[in-house]
Amino acid sequence: MSGARIWTLHLALLAALFAMQWVLSPYHATNLARIMVLALFASGYNLAFGYTGLLSLGHALYLAAGMYAGSLPAWHFGLSGGWVLLLGTAGGTAMAALTGLFALRTRGVAFMIVTLMFAQTGHLALLYFRRWTGGDEGFTLPAASRVILGADLSQTGARYMLAFLLFAAGMLLTLALVRSRLGRVMRALRENEERCRMLGYNPFVGKLAVLSLSGAYAGAAGASYALLFGYAGGSFATIQYSILPLLYTLTGGAGTVAGPLFGTGAIFYLSDLAADLTSAWAFVVGLALVVVILFAPQGLLGMVRTRFWRSLP
Amino acid sequence: MGLGPMLLLALMEGLVLAAVLALAASGLSLVFGVMRVVNVAHGAFFMLGAVAAYVVAAWLGGPRWAGFLAALAMAPLAVALLAMLADILILRRIAHAPEATIVATIGLMYMIEQGTLTLFGPDARAVAAPFDFRLQLPWFGYSGYKLFVVLAAVVLLLALWWLMARSKAGLVMRATQLDPDVARAFGINVDRVYSGVFAFGAALAAIAGVLIVPIQQAHYLMGASTLLLSFIVVIIGGLGSLPGTLLAALVIGLSDGIISMFWSPTLAKIIATLLVTLVLVFRPQGLFGASRA
Amino acid sequence: MTPLPRSGRRAILKGMGAGLLAGAGVLPVSVGAQAAPLRLGFQLHRTGIGASYGRWYERTTVAALKHINEAGGILGRPVEILFEDDATDPRRGSEVVDKLVTRDKCELVFGTLFSDVVMASAPRAGELKVPFLICSEGYQLPAGDLNRWTLQPGIADVRAQIRPMVPWIARNLGKKVAMIFPDYAFGHDHRDFFTETMTEHGGEVVAKIAIPPTETSFTRYFAQIPKQAEVIYHVMVGPAVLTFVKELGDFYGSGARPELFGFIDSLEAVDTTTPGLEFLEGSHFWEGHPRVKPADAGEFEDDYRAAVGVDDKGASLDNPADIATYGHMFSTWETLFFIKQAMEAANYAGPQDRQKLVETMEAITDLPYGIEHPQGAKIFNGRTHQVFTPQYISQIRDGLPVKVHQTAIEDSYYPDAVDYTTKSF
Repeated sequence: MSGARIWTLHLALLAALFAMQWVLSPYHATNLARIMVLALFASGYNLAFGYTGLLSLGHALYLAAGMYAGSLPAWHFGLSGGWVLLLGTAGGTAMAALTGLFALRTRGVAFMIVTLMFAQTGHLALLYFRRWTGGDEGFTLPAASRVILGADLSQTGARYMLAFLLFAAGMLLTLALVRSRLGRVMRALRENEERCRMLGYNPFVGKLAVLSLSGAYAGAAGASYALLFGYAGGSFATIQYSILPLLYTLTGGAGTVAGPLFGTGAIFYLSDLAADLTSAWAFVVGLALVVVILFAPQGLLGMVRTRFWRSLP
Repeated sequence: MGLGPMLLLALMEGLVLAAVLALAASGLSLVFGVMRVVNVAHGAFFMLGAVAAYVVAAWLGGPRWAGFLAALAMAPLAVALLAMLADILILRRIAHAPEATIVATIGLMYMIEQGTLTLFGPDARAVAAPFDFRLQLPWFGYSGYKLFVVLAAVVLLLALWWLMARSKAGLVMRATQLDPDVARAFGINVDRVYSGVFAFGAALAAIAGVLIVPIQQAHYLMGASTLLLSFIVVIIGGLGSLPGTLLAALVIGLSDGIISMFWSPTLAKIIATLLVTLVLVFRPQGLFGASRA
Repeated sequence: MTPLPRSGRRAILKGMGAGLLAGAGVLPVSVGAQAAPLRLGFQLHRTGIGASYGRWYERTTVAALKHINEAGGILGRPVEILFEDDATDPRRGSEVVDKLVTRDKCELVFGTLFSDVVMASAPRAGELKVPFLICSEGYQLPAGDLNRWTLQPGIADVRAQIRPMVPWIARNLGKKVAMIFPDYAFGHDHRDFFTETMTEHGGEVVAKIAIPPTETSFTRYFAQIPKQAEVIYHVMVGPAVLTFVKELGDFYGSGARPELFGFIDSLEAVDTTTPGLEFLEGSHFWEGHPRVKPADAGEFEDDYRAAVGVDDKGASLDNPADIATYGHMFSTWETLFFIKQAMEAANYAGPQDRQKLVETMEAITDLPYGIEHPQGAKIFNGRTHQVFTPQYISQIRDGLPVKVHQTAIEDSYYPDAVDYTTKSF
């Protein structure tokens, strides 16, 4: 598939996503806004895991870092929405870079545990410094902070727009990245790190760059979630939010650009529909995971790639 | 209470914690070591053992030690069977690939937890210890059963060590751990060994659950913290090293017992977690692991 | 353990059907299948860490619903309640509010318990401009952290619960208190409000032992209890409470020990006669609603217990081993009746009247004892959106909590921290 076609395809996807806000009912539109924010988070995770092979179990730390880096100044000093987003993205990036300096000295299972432990520390610290962070209970963002360029983010339309714009930016950035030289280096790092080193690349720097970028996505997702839904709380730093992006990415297709969007949407609606049918919806989600990993391990888009479009990024 | 008795209490508590950690982590250490896979459902197997102890005791009635022994016999078998099925039906089909196994065992964990919620209910249930014995020291009292848990941990780990180091089954497991392909060349059915190890690891987790539940309580979400702690112990100790697991459990248990007695516990936990992380960063193979990260 | 009828999300309308049949011959013609049902949303902790409470919250609400429908519903319309599971998760809580209001077109949402879920869900209810009635005992609402759409008419907040306990403890147990509490919001509230009130009464908190959330073993903390402590005040919650009490008993044994005072939150849905809890014998607990039927129980206590399916010891009629979360579940029953009262006073016709409904609620003050309010008479504070209720103190005798004291509603009062009526909707 030529470059132009790839870009057209992805832009068309985004155009369809954009149009959905008028096609869907307000309920589903708001859900889609949530899905896009979570998919942004998953996209960042995909960069680290899907393309570069860094299986982190601590991405909740970067999500929470972004959420709090943006929301705490809003809560304590009343900063506006634009600042929340900027500070949040910066916070996620910084946290990923800082922890990456240590975590990336390990690989494989040890890397998993180290990232998990950093996330655990972050959660405990949030609880310990409750006076400033609001602790496990969390806090609501002041209405004045939930405004960007005059748009009130508590309204359905504005909320959808911001979620869409952020997701679209993230997805297009990912597309550009994976088709660039850095994208090839990322894949090379995943395939064979030693050979990469032999070829003259510095794996540590490469992985740190990717992890930091992944943190930027997570930070933006965290800050935008707080902006769009008005709440920041310690539960976003728990292990659930480290497992979810992994699930979303795998289901949608690790190492594909649009995979995280489909994966997030699929899991989100699967849980929702299952909850309508049974109180044991978590069982259904667990079963779905097992089924996906057994019969469609490359994920939804991964399967599409294998069967139809070999060159789907 | 004076400093001396406080330290004694801290030490005793630390030993009990170490025993709990070692027991809970032993199964994971085995599975990790031999199969090189991350079993996220390990905590769920532990929880099943604890819940089974409650169910067996309630169903059997009679003297408490009878229920305890029955649970000790039946729970590991049932959980092992479940684990073996999971391995044959799921893990073998994904060739025990590391990432796929994580996802599959996460799904398994959700299913087990939710199934337990539906059948057992959301309430925590106490399980009585098989015997009532209180040790009365001049400064405080202490549960005799807790000290029994320490003894049980020692016995179990010795038995496990003997199994790995001195028995044929252990030899086969170690061979498979060293190099599955060469093991296959020697006629070892690696698939069957993996199923067996996975089941055995789950059984160990269930035994730990039965032993530990009288000093905690049975609750369908109790596996989560056990999972995390077991991972820490296994990684710090070093992949595939049982002595490492034991030493790590001792170090973590004793230091946790002493630190949280004298400083703010939450702060102590933060510092401890960071320390563990840094140990892993600068020595990824753990205390006793081989130098292949 | 008898599972609840698996009707999925929807409320059991059987009660409503039976009610309609029963009412057909007795009530005026306006009640009947012609009247469009009034749909209410319930945010339920059916799974997750709050599931123990969620089970009983659902059961109590369904019983209240049946009662109301059998008596003709609200404004002659049969009432329908849709239950949605929020898995006791804050993020999911916000989604559930959306689901109930936007998709399922419920008039309002009620029933949320855990404070972090409340915190995450209230903003969404505020954005959707929907009345959000919590059954939480959290202090955030009267503290002013939430919005004008949120109200708590069914249960008192922790500050109001703690204040009247202090003089009783000071008089009967001691004035030097060691506190043991979980190191997060709930525990900190207890630490702060108890200390403030104890100091007012000339007592002293000699130790504040904060226990991390995931702790499974407590013995080492007991060593930190100072010798001069006369009372141990404990509010441990969660599954580990059983261990907590067992270890307390191991630690002190039958020797000298301080008096104990706890909150029944520790033992909700737990059988106090369970082996291992003997150490609690003779100790005292705050109860929201006495689990064991008191000798001087009000005339409606029997009817309430029969309706929710609970015996005189607070256990399920189907299973004596299944203990109710009796100290909290009345909040959902009373909230539903409060909704009925307010809707009838406002002549509520539909979503366009939501704001009027909240304003009507703000004007309510007296809630007298009756089948609508079986926990006791109440006073609703329209400015803080918080109700004030009697509190109970019980003592464990022969393994069962027996009511020994009841506080007056005014004993709970504290100065208003907020006036929601001055805020915008």
